Amino acid sequence: MQVFPCPFCGPRDETEFHFVGEPKARPEPASEISDAEWAEHLWFNANPKGEAREIWLHLTCMEMFAMTRDTATNAVVVSEALTRPAH
Amino acid sequence: MGAAIDRGRPLAFTFDGKPYVGFAGDSIASALLANGVRVVGRSFKYHRPRGVWGAWTEEPNAIVDVTRLARTTPNLRATVEPLENDMAVRSVNASPTAEGDRVGLLDKFAPVLPAGFYYKTFFWPRWEAYEGRIRAMAGLGRLDPNNRPPAENPQFTARCDLLVVGAGPAGLAAAAAAAKAGRVVFLIDDHAEIGGQLVHRGGAIEDRGWFDWARRAQALVLAAGGRVMTRTTAYGVYDGNLVCAWERRMAEPDALWRIRPKRIVIAAGAIERPLVIPDNDRPGVMSADAALVYLRRFGLLIGKRVVIATNNDSAYGVAEALAEAGAKVEVVDTRADGPPCQLKVTRDAAIEGVVAARGVEAVRVGERTHECDALLLSGGWSPTVHLYAQARGRLRYDEARAALIPAGEVENLAVAGAANGAFTLAEALREGHAAGGGEGPAPNAPAGVYRIEASWPKADDQGRRWIDFQNDVTLKDVALAAREGYVSVEHLKRYTTLGMATDQGKTANVNAIAALAALTGRTIDETGTTTYRPPFVPTPMGVIAGRRRGALINPLRRLPLEAEHRANGAQMREYSGWLRPAWHGPDEPERVVQTEAARARDAVALFDGSSLGKIEIIGPDAAKLADFHSYNRLSTLKVGRIRYGFLLAETGVVFDDGVTLRLAEDRFLISCSSGHTDPVRMRLELARQDRFDPARVFIHDTTAHWATLTVTGPRSRDVVEACGLGVALDDKSLPHMAFATATFDGAPLRIARVSFTGDRSYELSVPASRAARLRARLAEKLKALSGGLLGLEALMILRAEKGYVVVGKTGPPCRMTLAWPARAIRGRTNISASAPSSCQSPTTRAASNWSA
Repeated sequence: MQVFPCPFCGPRDETEFHFVGEPKARPEPASEISDAEWAEHLWFNANPKGEAREIWLHLTCMEMFAMTRDTATNAVVVSEALTRPAH
Repeated sequence: MGAAIDRGRPLAFTFDGKPYVGFAGDSIASALLANGVRVVGRSFKYHRPRGVWGAWTEEPNAIVDVTRLARTTPNLRATVEPLENDMAVRSVNASPTAEGDRVGLLDKFAPVLPAGFYYKTFFWPRWEAYEGRIRAMAGLGRLDPNNRPPAENPQFTARCDLLVVGAGPAGLAAAAAAAKAGRVVFLIDDHAEIGGQLVHRGGAIEDRGWFDWARRAQALVLAAGGRVMTRTTAYGVYDGNLVCAWERRMAEPDALWRIRPKRIVIAAGAIERPLVIPDNDRPGVMSADAALVYLRRFGLLIGKRVVIATNNDSAYGVAEALAEAGAKVEVVDTRADGPPCQLKVTRDAAIEGVVAARGVEAVRVGERTHECDALLLSGGWSPTVHLYAQARGRLRYDEARAALIPAGEVENLAVAGAANGAFTLAEALREGHAAGGGEGPAPNAPAGVYRIEASWPKADDQGRRWIDFQNDVTLKDVALAAREGYVSVEHLKRYTTLGMATDQGKTANVNAIAALAALTGRTIDETGTTTYRPPFVPTPMGVIAGRRRGALINPLRRLPLEAEHRANGAQMREYSGWLRPAWHGPDEPERVVQTEAARARDAVALFDGSSLGKIEIIGPDAAKLADFHSYNRLSTLKVGRIRYGFLLAETGVVFDDGVTLRLAEDRFLISCSSGHTDPVRMRLELARQDRFDPARVFIHDTTAHWATLTVTGPRSRDVVEACGLGVALDDKSLPHMAFATATFDGAPLRIARVSFTGDRSYELSVPASRAARLRARLAEKLKALSGGLLGLEALMILRAEKGYVVVGKTGPPCRMTLAWPARAIRGRTNISASAPSSCQSPTTRAASNWSA
């Protein structure tokens, strides 16, 4: 079981976390978005091998944060708070 | 002699139906051996009689089914199971008994039953036509359908500075060194006592008996706040060096430990290999080290006339100990020279044949025949590298030690002692001390010598030489596999089953790799090993599962009024993760459900709606978030009013439906489906943190705080009126889709006019602590007005007959037509009052409210 660092709670077991997705902007305004673009946004991910920046949610404190980790070695590089400074 | 045995406490047991007596402290295997039982099982494929090979977890042969208190546990290793009074032990793969097995004749057909025989033969018309009979003949123990252990194995989680696996000399030295430096150390060992090989090999450490030193090491660990756990097997290393260990407890159910150490030292020792000589699987052939264990731990001399065949120095100590205990001992050494020895030693010689009917009677060495009743083999030592290899550690072949030893770095993990190929006591202490971060000199022990000359199987070796006892794989089978192109060890394993089953090739794998190397003209390093995977030993599923069984796999949510519902005859069933009343009373459900529905239709009924989600959105930006979250516009909702609506997933699928109450300008209450509260809350939270200023809007799930009782039916207003709650209930003051607040029993009360059934309804919500009192008041008035209770089944009938949607339940995915005018959507939409829109079409995403 991996250990992930929550910027607010510290290191916790991976079962406490929910993977939200890759950090990407929702295409807007919606009125100008084609179906193809929307499908691209929903379903197509970079899914890199190696270092990846990902958005995670710590279920026990409900804070979203960005975690950079290596998808090949599972080594966590850094995790950062997104919307407010971590304590 | 026999440190573990208490001869004052005899234990009665049976083996294959025959009564025997052993003693407290015996393992099943030692008790059988002490009673002169040589044949303890039949081999997997050829039904050859087999005896005890080892003395611990590596045992390939002595696999037994054990019945205690009318419950049978299959496939236990007789060498690790402590003997208990009244145990009924049965051999596996033998019928009726190991001694008189009915299909023992099968071995005569061995020449036509090579590796892959079943695959090549039984494929016409299909394998299934043969499978039943073959499985009955080849296999291990029997499952007992009555043996369903209760789910009571606790699971513990622990952290420490250093975890030391193995409490032999290296492990003790590592633990002591780290504890001395103030580290919190967990020292675990699968035996009942610490010491490892020292227990039966003995030795002096720091110029004293080893036991004093070991006790001091243990005291140091405890003094520094650590733990010493015996009878505990570390069976797996997982991501981030999480170690799982199975603790066998005597008076309590076994436990699982999940230990997260900062550093791990693997000091798990080594396992003795057999020599791959002809007929090396006969009963009476045993590991030399195991014979010493039986002598020193169990007070049992394995034979009167013993031949020890070896290629290394470690067997000489065994020879001397057995001779001292009264056996006539000869040593046959494959090497031209060996350590000096007072006993008869034949050098530069190998066993060429074993004469045995049931048990060993003699061995042939060159022209000579040596009579004996036990043949001990020492083919060298294989480091117990399993945990290291599980952690992706690499191995290399070391010629001088004839062993695969750790060759690479694993982060925060070290290997020490025999597990690292340090086979002498002084070396093991040095390595352990260093691995534990010890300062100064390591604990001293007399310098020892261990020499070995590899005697691996050769391509032209003749006779039936067993490599894997448990899976009945001989050198010929390996040769056949190689000839047929299975030259990768992974293929060899799958083709011949070598290294599978309960022992996972603990005695077989290294010989097998060496044999395959010889047969394919490669080096051992080029041949490589199979992948090491957890568990190191067979671990009970119950221990791994712990209490997460049955209802606890996914615990049900319970209503605050469950006791009251049950008292009123409610039949409770699960609905979307909640345990709720399905109907009431013991009568035939179909009729009861119809009666309940009819009463709600015609008069009035009461149901518990507490499981409906109650998520509050609070703050100056609450309206903005509510708009974004819902298909409908909620910012226009007036305080005190309610609006029905639904949520769309970004893929365009309807995610949930329900009503929203505006409690205040800056406060909304989202009432979502019972089974959807957590995902809806998560969705709100993600939107809040992604798109809003989190300081200006908050999400608070109050579902568990409130109980909701709903009165529904044409006479519902009369019931609520009769309760005298101090709320004006006329349709002008409290119209449909509005709510009022009041006080009940000193706590807030909310009465909402929404309808789940389609009939006039009043949803009364109070804090869960007041639920019983409110229910009692309502039930009393209900009775007076010939109302009744409504279970979920009748409720679903009422909804279905009105044609209401139950999201996720109403049937297959369908196109949904919206019957009310969509708000002016600034984004894209295909939804309109008239145009049907596919629920599955991503184009409907626009309906999830983005406020531009």
